[in-house]
Amino acid sequence: MSMVSIIARRELGSYFATPLAYVFVLIFLVLGGVFTFYIGGFYERGQADLVPFFSFHPWLYLFLVPAIAMRLWSEERKSGTIELLLTLPLTKMDAVLGKFLAAWLFTGLALALSFPLWITVNVLGSPDNGVILASYLGSWLMAGSFLAIGSCMSALSRNQVIAFITTVVVCFLFTLSGFPLVLDALGGWAPQLLIDAIASMSFLTHFTAISKGVIGLRDVLFFVSLTVVWLAATAVVIELKQAD
Amino acid sequence: MIEVSHLSRRFGSFVAVDDLSFTVRPGEVLGFLGPNGAGKSTTMKMIAGFIAPSAGSVRIFGRDVQQQTQDARRLIGYLPEGAPSYEDMRVMEFLRFIGKVRSLRGADLDARLDSVVERMDLGGVLQQRIETLSKGFKRRVGLAQAILHDPQVLILDEPTDGLDPNQKHQVRELIRGLSDEKIVVVSTHILEEVHAVCNRAIIVAHGRVVADGTPAELESRSPTHRAVHLHLAEAYAGAVAAIAALAGVREVRADADGKRLLVLPHPEASPLAALARLVHDRGWVADELHVERGKLDEVFRNITREAA
Ligand SMILES: Nc1ncnc2c1ncn2[C@@H]1O[C@H](COP(=O)(O)OP(=O)(O)OP(=O)(O)O)[C@@H](O)[C@H]1O
Ligand SMILES: [Mg+2]
Repeated sequence: MSMVSIIARRELGSYFATPLAYVFVLIFLVLGGVFTFYIGGFYERGQADLVPFFSFHPWLYLFLVPAIAMRLWSEERKSGTIELLLTLPLTKMDAVLGKFLAAWLFTGLALALSFPLWITVNVLGSPDNGVILASYLGSWLMAGSFLAIGSCMSALSRNQVIAFITTVVVCFLFTLSGFPLVLDALGGWAPQLLIDAIASMSFLTHFTAISKGVIGLRDVLFFVSLTVVWLAATAVVIELKQAD
Repeated sequence: MIEVSHLSRRFGSFVAVDDLSFTVRPGEVLGFLGPNGAGKSTTMKMIAGFIAPSAGSVRIFGRDVQQQTQDARRLIGYLPEGAPSYEDMRVMEFLRFIGKVRSLRGADLDARLDSVVERMDLGGVLQQRIETLSKGFKRRVGLAQAILHDPQVLILDEPTDGLDPNQKHQVRELIRGLSDEKIVVVSTHILEEVHAVCNRAIIVAHGRVVADGTPAELESRSPTHRAVHLHLAEAYAGAVAAIAALAGVREVRADADGKRLLVLPHPEASPLAALARLVHDRGWVADELHVERGKLDEVFRNITREAA
């Protein structure tokens, strides 16, 4: 068993040692349902797909994922366990990856628990299950990127509230940058290159692309590389702020 | 062997550890003493590889803590100040986690777990969440975690803080019971502890070493070293003057009632024999007569005040 998986197991265990895990899953499913049925008009649309469910995911994650990520490192710092963890024979990257993996698997679990919706659309009609599967995958990848950002913000502060807020802000920027409102506002004066660059950094753009059922390499690579970069940044931040 | 050479650590412009050098050899139990804020914990954090030095280096059996970090860490068991642990875990679960990270597996791990649970007397709380334990038990869990892999080098930052007298005794026994090839560095504010377990003591102040020697050597620097306590049954007339006239006596201090006397010797002199003879010749009745070894806390106060 590698160090990463030992760390990840411990972390996952601690999610379920407190009500945190159950509360998170419950809120995720309830909000997902509310968005799908009331705001998304699941029945009214009369279409057998999960577009109303997935299209709200970026907004759902914007508040729920930072709640998971904020404790990743802030708590270790606050309680002093970071001193224990980082004097054990493992590398910082082991610890960063282990913690991230646990959080990512956990959001994956929450996502998977929305399966009754999938069953419902399959009972009501004949949806394109390939598209739905791609949407699930895209949503999970996007959650990973949100988490990686949160991991880095959490490493920056011993205060979980600050970690939460900064994560929301940074994630908001990444989400918003593909919003038509923003791009239209820029459209008047900014050079096309800049607009494209900003749009290409957007979670929305890439997630929408994947959830149309086309798992494009570009979009997958976007989320994966964004995650890798933010995790590497986490390790650097920990190295720099170790003594505090 | 721990080789600390020219170790310094600054926090901004504040120098917490200032060009510290010392070597600890196998078999040595080093008491690391100093006033609050002297830089003890900061030094221990650097030895354990938690924070990087601003200058200088630490080697653990030849492995540089900054360069061969993992190799060095494997040799060390570390109890950080305050004994932090994952409070939402159960004791057994936590120790098992540490064991796995320490690459202990299967029967090996079980045997080590049994051994530390017995040594730290944790049998009754194995399934309890750490957050619900008393302060002393938390400390014991921290100690158990540090000795789990039977390390060559033990770095313990205030290990007996918050323990009851029985447990203090047990921890001292534990440290004394470690084999001769081990190295222990233990910081403490309890100076009797130094007597009880350490065969060497270093006093630091303002991040610098101000004294280094065996506990007995340090005690001999006390003004009351080899002083004699004499408790007479009554206040005999002329007793103080007669004692003060003895060879080797520098000063005699008497209590208000004149029965309790403290006889301070000149350096290197030992007035006990002459004093005993005098008491005998005069036919005084003495309730108590004993030689002071010197007080470590006096030495501690003198040395660290000088350094201020
Ligand atoms: N992260 C930090 N940032 C700024 N100053 C620090 C930091 N860590 C320690 N210091 C300072 O360094 C000095 C030494 O601290 P250290 O914790 O090593 O003292 P100590 O000898 O362990 O004291 P005590 O007996 O109270 O435990 C203190 O003045 C402390 O305020
Ligand atoms: Mg300290």
